[in-house]
Amino acid sequence: MGDVWIFAEVSEGRPLDVVYELLGGGRPLADDLGGKLAAILPWGADQAGEASTKEAVVRDLIASGADLVYVVQSRELVLRQEEPHAQAIYELANQYRPDVLLFGATTFGLSLAPRVAAKLGTGLIANCTTLSIDKGSGLLLMTRPAFEENIMATMTCPDRRPQMATVRPRAMKRLTPDPGRLGEVLTVVCDLPSPGARVVEVVKEDQDQAVDITDAKIIVAGGRGIGCKENLEMLEELAHLLGGAVAVSRPVVDAGWAPESRQVGQSGKIVSPKLYIACGISGAVQHTAGMSSSDIIVAINKDPGAPIFDIATYGIVGDVCQIVPALIRELKGRR
Amino acid sequence: MHVLVCIKQVPADPSAVKVDRKTNTLIREGIPVVVNPFDLFAIEEALRLRERMSSSGQKGRVSVITMGPPQARSALEEAIAMGADDAVLLSDRAFAGADTLATAYTLSRGIRRIEDSTGAKVDIVICGRQSTDGDTAQVGPELAEMLGIPHLVRVRKVESLTRESIRVERIADGGYDVIESCLPVLLTVEKGINQPRVPSLRGLMRARKAGIPVWGAQELGVEAQQVGLAGSPTRVIRVFSPERQRRAEMLTGSPEAVARLLVDRLMTAM
Amino acid sequence: MDYSLTEEQRMIKDLASRIARERILPEAARLDEAEEFPWEIMRVLGESDLFGVWIPEEYGGLGGGVFEQCLVMEELSRACAGVATSYAASALGAFPILLFGTEEQKQKYLPDIASGKRLAAFALTEPDAGSDAGNIRTTAVRDGDSYILNGTKQWITNGGEAEVYTVFATVDRDKGVRGITAFIVEKGTPGFEFGKKEKKLGIRSSSTRELAFRDCRIPRENLLDREGKGFIVAMRTLDRTRPGVAAQAVGIAQAALDLAAAYAMERVQFGKPVGEFQAIEHMIADMATQIEAARALTYSVARMIDAGARDFSKESAMAKVFASDVAMKVTVDAVQIFGGYGYMRDYPVEKLMRDAKVTQIYEGTNQIQRSIIGPQVLREAARRKAGQAKGITNS
Repeated sequence: MGDVWIFAEVSEGRPLDVVYELLGGGRPLADDLGGKLAAILPWGADQAGEASTKEAVVRDLIASGADLVYVVQSRELVLRQEEPHAQAIYELANQYRPDVLLFGATTFGLSLAPRVAAKLGTGLIANCTTLSIDKGSGLLLMTRPAFEENIMATMTCPDRRPQMATVRPRAMKRLTPDPGRLGEVLTVVCDLPSPGARVVEVVKEDQDQAVDITDAKIIVAGGRGIGCKENLEMLEELAHLLGGAVAVSRPVVDAGWAPESRQVGQSGKIVSPKLYIACGISGAVQHTAGMSSSDIIVAINKDPGAPIFDIATYGIVGDVCQIVPALIRELKGRR
Repeated sequence: MHVLVCIKQVPADPSAVKVDRKTNTLIREGIPVVVNPFDLFAIEEALRLRERMSSSGQKGRVSVITMGPPQARSALEEAIAMGADDAVLLSDRAFAGADTLATAYTLSRGIRRIEDSTGAKVDIVICGRQSTDGDTAQVGPELAEMLGIPHLVRVRKVESLTRESIRVERIADGGYDVIESCLPVLLTVEKGINQPRVPSLRGLMRARKAGIPVWGAQELGVEAQQVGLAGSPTRVIRVFSPERQRRAEMLTGSPEAVARLLVDRLMTAM
Repeated sequence: MDYSLTEEQRMIKDLASRIARERILPEAARLDEAEEFPWEIMRVLGESDLFGVWIPEEYGGLGGGVFEQCLVMEELSRACAGVATSYAASALGAFPILLFGTEEQKQKYLPDIASGKRLAAFALTEPDAGSDAGNIRTTAVRDGDSYILNGTKQWITNGGEAEVYTVFATVDRDKGVRGITAFIVEKGTPGFEFGKKEKKLGIRSSSTRELAFRDCRIPRENLLDREGKGFIVAMRTLDRTRPGVAAQAVGIAQAALDLAAAYAMERVQFGKPVGEFQAIEHMIADMATQIEAARALTYSVARMIDAGARDFSKESAMAKVFASDVAMKVTVDAVQIFGGYGYMRDYPVEKLMRDAKVTQIYEGTNQIQRSIIGPQVLREAARRKAGQAKGITNS
């Protein structure tokens, strides 16, 4: 009887998208294990006044797949403070012994989960894209891209509990909410010690906010093969003509040509647009992990052996600097 | 004030690492290695904190620690060449195959032993944001928990530092947090927090001759089953190439011709 | 080829190579285009101790010699000859102090130059005194405990950027070269001004300016060696720094070969890489052979100087003339191998060709070098003949 827990990261009184994805991905795991799917909902002082909000969130989590919601209340559970969050989850996990404990691979999730894992003395697998239960052993199979190469690795945590993983946003699909679903709510009031590190100010600062590549229906992406920073302008023009956004692969960010908010891949964002045009991207798993579920993939690359062609719908072998301008002319000509 | 930097030696090109399909372990032999690029920012930030302390009349010391094979000494030499005061190598066959938890545990024991020898707590532990080969960013927070100190990830700026506390900016989703912590504390620093210095020739010569102690399981007082593969809760059970179900339709011809073909296809498909 | 470097020399070469790769190469095209002095890179070179490789340890250096300086020059030049020129010009300006300065002068100036805190420059050339260095018109007039300088220096590398200048002036024009005297002049001295920055064909990130002295009063303790010894100071200095120009030429040529060879394997025409055509293959072979010969000569001369040889004007000139001619030929060939792309400024080979040219011109044109080599070879031949004649009579 193994329960599956997911951590419900809340921002401004609302669970993040990844929380619903965790519920969607956790549901079959709980079913396979014959256990409950539970959400841990931290509810801090800043949100405490709004009981109606809390109730709505709880209902929403249950509608989206949770059997049980642990509402953990403490005035220390405000903002992104790892120590009290880790302590609360640790106490709860020690008491109720879940089999699986999942976090979204957000900045906070990636910081909190290892702290919890160390407290519990258990293993943790980062940035998973697939989770399943092994029929024979009942172990959680955690799969992630590894070693920046065309390799996926499946890991387990055989002897210690809970089995922990952080899960990439967009890697799992949320369920269609069912308002009629029933679930339990358990409110736990924690008396947590005050943390050593305190958030004193939260500053919103998404310079690139206008463009959220995860929302774009069409993406024109540039990789190392675009040659230089200036060539991104050409991609911008193509994206503009198509009504899409420009994304990049990791080497482009590493070179300082584009901000990290534009990065697609294992260490960037996961996208699944209707059309993904990969320009000068070789197609290492590091990158394709973030875009392989796009509906149509167009690959433009000088190297006919580039692995990007293996996942592309349409392939063009050639110099990005010649093909993209030709595409721009073609699109302009058809207007 | 004592600042300690945790570093890792990684393949210069992580994509060059191959996996032994039989043992599910990494084949690292013969691959050029470098100091994890993220860790260079950690070393630089530690040196800058030391400079900050000395300008306010405090004495600062920067130590560097790594866990790895004997060859990892060269990573520590690089840190000394950049300006670190001293270094320790944690190396033992028993440490091999460690996952993040076992690595953090081994590092925590190394740090404890350093603290025992100085009779004082390390004030600030700094790690790079993540390693380029593992890409997990887990060791820092796990280590902080084992040391019983707060941790701040993705620090992009140290605003102020006193004997008791530190105030930093850390990157958060959609912006950044200003956060204040008591000391001791563990920071993981973001690339771009500084520009790491190039080692100096005098530093390189000093590093070549530096006595770098090597501590194994015995020196750390740990049991073999607490470290390395034996002490790691996680197992790699399978490595595989991702499925490649689709085959691309290749469009050929002049740039103009392929542009026309592609736009035709897309107009039909979308 | 293996040149049996010591561990320390290897360390110097590796560090210079790393700085070249990580810090200079990514900036080279931009600095060239903008004609911008590479201050940030100078700071990095200073912090890395590379400015001090040839300066004795008692003056804050690392105690190496001309050979170590050549190793650095070659590596820096592979990334950007303009940066290398700025680095080398500081050594050129400071060598006179090391060779002819008093203990006080050495203590005062060399440590800051070794650490890169201050750059130095060498001011010999004038509008009417180029190859004919004896024709200097800048005057120095003794006035009590000072000298008063008047005149103009032209095309001074690091001019305006450097803090310390070795300036050559005449105390008595009637004495010709025996009137030439060397002085140390600090930037900021009243009456010492800079003209506009020159626009150049190559090494465009380096700074080249006119220096103007208008009743510039400098203290007598800034006199280098004695009055009238300036020409010797200049010639002895240049004998030691010419291998550095040769090493620069080797570095430029090596960069051109590396690019051309990689391109020849990549560029496909008529269905195969152009490098597989014998016409290109043989060009590559000649380029590589000439570079190795230039490097071997340069290293040998540098080591000969460091070993304490007394007279090495001829050898030093040979290294400079040979290596710079090789650099010119190799870079022209590299542009040829790149074809149309080579002529485009988006590709790095044309810069190498522009940069190579100056190595045939500065620190004594190659014509002047040959005028040093030729007569000396003939003198040696005459001496041998005289010796043989003497030998015969004696027997």
